[in-house]
Amino acid sequence: MQETFILPFLWLTLGAILTLFTFSFLYKDNPLYKFAEHLVVGVSAGYFVVLLFWTSLKPKLIDTVFYNFSNEWFYILPGILGILMWFRFSRKLAWVSRYPIAVYIGIGSGLAIPLNMQNFVNRQLSATMIPVGFGNWTDFWNIFIVIGVICGVIYFFFSKEHKGAFGAMAKVGIWVLMIGFGASFGFTVMARISLFVNRISFLIEDWLEIVTGSI
Amino acid sequence: MDFFEKISQLDRRWVYLFLAVVVVIAFLTKFDVPVTITSEVKSIYDRIESLNEGDKILIAFDYDPNALAELHPMSFAILEHCQRRGVKVIGVTLSQYGAGMAENILRTASGTYAEKIDRFRAYNDQMYDKTNDSRYRDKSYKKDWEYGLDYCFLGYKPYPALVILGMGQNFRLYFPQDYYNTPLGELDIMQGVRNYDDIKLAIDVTAGNTADFWLIYGNGRYGVPLALGLTGVMGADYYQYLQSGQIFGLIGGWKGAAEYEELVGRDEGKAKEGMPAQVVAHLTIILFIVLGNLGYFLSDRRKQSTAGQA
Repeated sequence: MQETFILPFLWLTLGAILTLFTFSFLYKDNPLYKFAEHLVVGVSAGYFVVLLFWTSLKPKLIDTVFYNFSNEWFYILPGILGILMWFRFSRKLAWVSRYPIAVYIGIGSGLAIPLNMQNFVNRQLSATMIPVGFGNWTDFWNIFIVIGVICGVIYFFFSKEHKGAFGAMAKVGIWVLMIGFGASFGFTVMARISLFVNRISFLIEDWLEIVTGSI
Repeated sequence: MDFFEKISQLDRRWVYLFLAVVVVIAFLTKFDVPVTITSEVKSIYDRIESLNEGDKILIAFDYDPNALAELHPMSFAILEHCQRRGVKVIGVTLSQYGAGMAENILRTASGTYAEKIDRFRAYNDQMYDKTNDSRYRDKSYKKDWEYGLDYCFLGYKPYPALVILGMGQNFRLYFPQDYYNTPLGELDIMQGVRNYDDIKLAIDVTAGNTADFWLIYGNGRYGVPLALGLTGVMGADYYQYLQSGQIFGLIGGWKGAAEYEELVGRDEGKAKEGMPAQVVAHLTIILFIVLGNLGYFLSDRRKQSTAGQA
């Protein structure tokens, strides 16, 4: 066996073993699956801590504060807020951590609320105000969009009892939602099968090939 | 207990086993499945086709290893298309485990010089024969897809919303250096690129909520033309943004990736290779849904008639 072959062989074999451990959950929960699951969580957490240090803490705080303080001294302010966050671990001083949380929520809300309203509500509303009719296929299909939106919204209107014409529209709304859920289910099946096929491809084309090649 | 009752009470593990067997058989037999091109995928292809050689686009590879299976094929297909058109790609990732994904795909897609020449010649020959379109470049490929010149990778920075907003002001705000610590000023591709005004479009290949951030901040705040490449699970939730014009294209899961592979003539694409397994898996699940519901309704009717007799 060549030296350059050993390392990829070991990594691929480890990947194959962990894949099989994960699939074992389909039979029933077991220690092998638990091991694979905990390994993923542990490795992910460790990786993220190191990544955050090198991509955020070091370049944005340590380097700027210690090596470029005169130009970018203000970077120390979020640094102090970050340190205040650690007071959550003290029962007596946990209240101190509310200040950085307040700043974080304030900035987050200020950034998100107006643009969320604009992009997820206003633009979607204006996209419903569209020409409808029977002149061409686009206008014809637009009828379904308008009816679907109105009936879907009516289904979630609970201040009036769903009876008569109102109830009928709410029922159409349920059907629209069900069609949406059906589309999501179809997409989800595709997603899960993609993951499964990829693992099968890995086991057969990558791992088995290298194993049979090594014998 | 009749057949339908047995089916409706079947242990789920038999379903898993049956599904696994048919998927493996379909994967190994590799029969052809026709791929129908949808307008939402074609519009991305057309938009990249309409770009000039040397135009720059941004691709955000915002996914982790758990979405590699679904999103790598479409990333490869888009990059292949950009290479063939001579479109330059600025790569970035806003997903915490995405740096490895993005680097892997950019390095693999860049390939070797000889491979590139062969692929370009094959493509150009094919396209000249098909369309005789003067837009396509000379048959002799000029250069390799070179880092810093034709593509670059800015790396990862946390807090996607802030990074997207920051790049709208200046790429250098969050990325003074690329992933390999080269100052952006030293990269040829970044010359004259300050913010979104200097790129033609952005494509977010994502498995998470960064799609929302790109919609709100990238398109909503800065008006960057945006397309999304999504996992299958997310696909259905983003079609309304296509209709509202907030995105100009959408590639959903393997089916979308297979369509893009078909459009760029990428025969060895992983998504196209997996389509037979997709077809049989969907048919199997439809079969089980039909049998399960039949069993449920028949046993329900039998219970009602037994209760009526009593």
